[in-house]
Amino acid sequence: MSEAILKIENLVKHFPTGKGKRGEKEVVKAVDGISFELKAGETIGLVGESGCGKTTAGRTILKLVEPTSGKIIFEDKDITDYSSSKMRAIRAQMQIIFQDPYSALNPRQTIGKIISAPFEIQGITPQEGTKGAVQNLMARVGLNPEHYNRYPHEFSGGQRQRIGIARAIALKPRFIVADEPVSALDVSIQAQVINLLEDLQEEEKISMVFIAHDLSVVQHISDRVAVMYLGKMMEIAATADLYAKPRHPYTTALLSAVPLPDPRSERTREHIILTGDLPSPINPPAGCVFNTRCWKAQDKCRTDVPQLVQLGASQVACHFPEN
Amino acid sequence: MTELLRIEDLHVSFKTDDGMVRAVDGVSLTLNAGETVAIVGESGSGKTVTSLSVMGLHKKGQAEISGSISLSDHGTFKDVVHLSDDEIRDIRGRAVAMIFQDPMSSLHPYYKIGSQLAEGYLVHNRGKKKEAMARALEMLDLVGIPEPAKRAQEFPHQFSGGMRQRVMIAMALMNSPQILIADEPTTALDVTVQAQILALLSKLKKEFNMGILLITHDLGVVAQVADRVNVMYAGRIVEEGPVDDIFYSPLAPYTLGLLKSVPRVSKNNERLKAIPGQPPSLINLPVGCPFAPRCEYKQHSSEAGCNTTRPALLGTSSTHRSRCHVPEKLRHELFAKELKEVQG
Repeated sequence: MSEAILKIENLVKHFPTGKGKRGEKEVVKAVDGISFELKAGETIGLVGESGCGKTTAGRTILKLVEPTSGKIIFEDKDITDYSSSKMRAIRAQMQIIFQDPYSALNPRQTIGKIISAPFEIQGITPQEGTKGAVQNLMARVGLNPEHYNRYPHEFSGGQRQRIGIARAIALKPRFIVADEPVSALDVSIQAQVINLLEDLQEEEKISMVFIAHDLSVVQHISDRVAVMYLGKMMEIAATADLYAKPRHPYTTALLSAVPLPDPRSERTREHIILTGDLPSPINPPAGCVFNTRCWKAQDKCRTDVPQLVQLGASQVACHFPEN
Repeated sequence: MTELLRIEDLHVSFKTDDGMVRAVDGVSLTLNAGETVAIVGESGSGKTVTSLSVMGLHKKGQAEISGSISLSDHGTFKDVVHLSDDEIRDIRGRAVAMIFQDPMSSLHPYYKIGSQLAEGYLVHNRGKKKEAMARALEMLDLVGIPEPAKRAQEFPHQFSGGMRQRVMIAMALMNSPQILIADEPTTALDVTVQAQILALLSKLKKEFNMGILLITHDLGVVAQVADRVNVMYAGRIVEEGPVDDIFYSPLAPYTLGLLKSVPRVSKNNERLKAIPGQPPSLINLPVGCPFAPRCEYKQHSSEAGCNTTRPALLGTSSTHRSRCHVPEKLRHELFAKELKEVQG
């Protein structure tokens, strides 16, 4: 691993929601001050429950939505305030793979047209010609190059996700945000797509932010894992450390809630069942945002916001960390 | 054990412009009181179509159904396939109830939760409005919704995803059915909320001695709550057995393939063992075993029947049965070795 390709510093994204009950302005604190670094060739898994801000974080990093504050430094360039025309040159280096392979592809365009879009937008003519390049890409991701003129509806979910991947790697990006790329797929197909992503990443040395709620998939593909809750970073650690020795109570609860495909251990394993629901990101709890559902919460947790600090090999934001 | 449901040789097909879709192709299974039976399979394997048949929810004229679904209406058995619409309506909710994957689209956005719950009760108990509302509050309390009297006056949008699924379960329990069909009940929920709902379902099973038919694609959920498992592929059950047999000594190549393709805690850095290819089209099923085009073991089949004849559901014991042409003894050896590699 070499030095950081991407640095995120105190990134904030608040969405205004119109007006609250008493007429005052309200904001949804989707991402509320997260920081992390991504090294070249590294995959960081971003996990958390729906509404924790992981998708918004991914989109803000790519500047698909404008950050409210904070810094995004990509390959030593501060791109936080880049205009959209200035961003276009950099977009070739940073790509995204979407969750839903059905709505991410234009149903009225052929596969050839969809995968060649990046070349067209960037004004690039590949050496082997656009069609040749697209067919090479199709072969790389395991699609039949002869299907160049087919339309998205002629493909299954797994194949469509391969089309999305081909489009994302067309310009040989250095960095990809993969937003729940396998959660819409069946188990047997999911494994095929994960293997493909790992192969491509290895060959092309792509750095990746892998957003998912499925903790076993994240564990499989990530070098490090970052756990988010209500727009805040709870814990960042190397994958093996995080799964073996979670430091944040929320991480512990998340891991314990995942049912394992192993009936004998399921019978004996203790599941921590969190009470209640995720609080509203419009009015997050004071102090530690997790205090309303945490079994270790003390008075301090209800008033003081814990900072993300180094603890052994992990970074944790908790007043009373585990282990 | 009291048997609550017996499906025998169920076939369901739908006519489409492209031809007949054989969604369910000869499914037989049973469900007893106090147990959870899982149906596992990928999209299009026929698991949901099977469960909708039990509820009598296929429209007449759109689906062709044959076979029998014998269902206990608090002791008397009735064959759902041959009942009239009125007769089905009479048992639906009272003898068997269903919860669906997406609680938001199963609740009416304009009606208060309390009255939506009461409605189901009033269908079977006409005019007893007060009793219905009291029952609704009791059920909301049972499924763990705090302040039921207050929440009953609220609308679905005021509930979170997990709370809505609790409401759906409360609704299913209104008429104290003995059979509960849960179709992907936790797929739309986050893991921490999923853990809450699975705990609730287990509690109901124990307290009311209900039989739960759980439809899911998640092997982790199956391992956690199921007593027996049916694995479906291309409209047929390819393996059935007690949960431990399915996870620790699977005999159908498809079951083994599923178990191998799940990412596991202990095997972090290895490549996932995906099943190659895709499920077949239900309009043009292969002549032989529908799984043969994706199967790694067909070279072990002595008479090479894989491409020509469909394997029958046969078993070592009366409870554990599977479909495969490869000699069973050989499968035991081969699969045990492979499984050891992934399970560690």
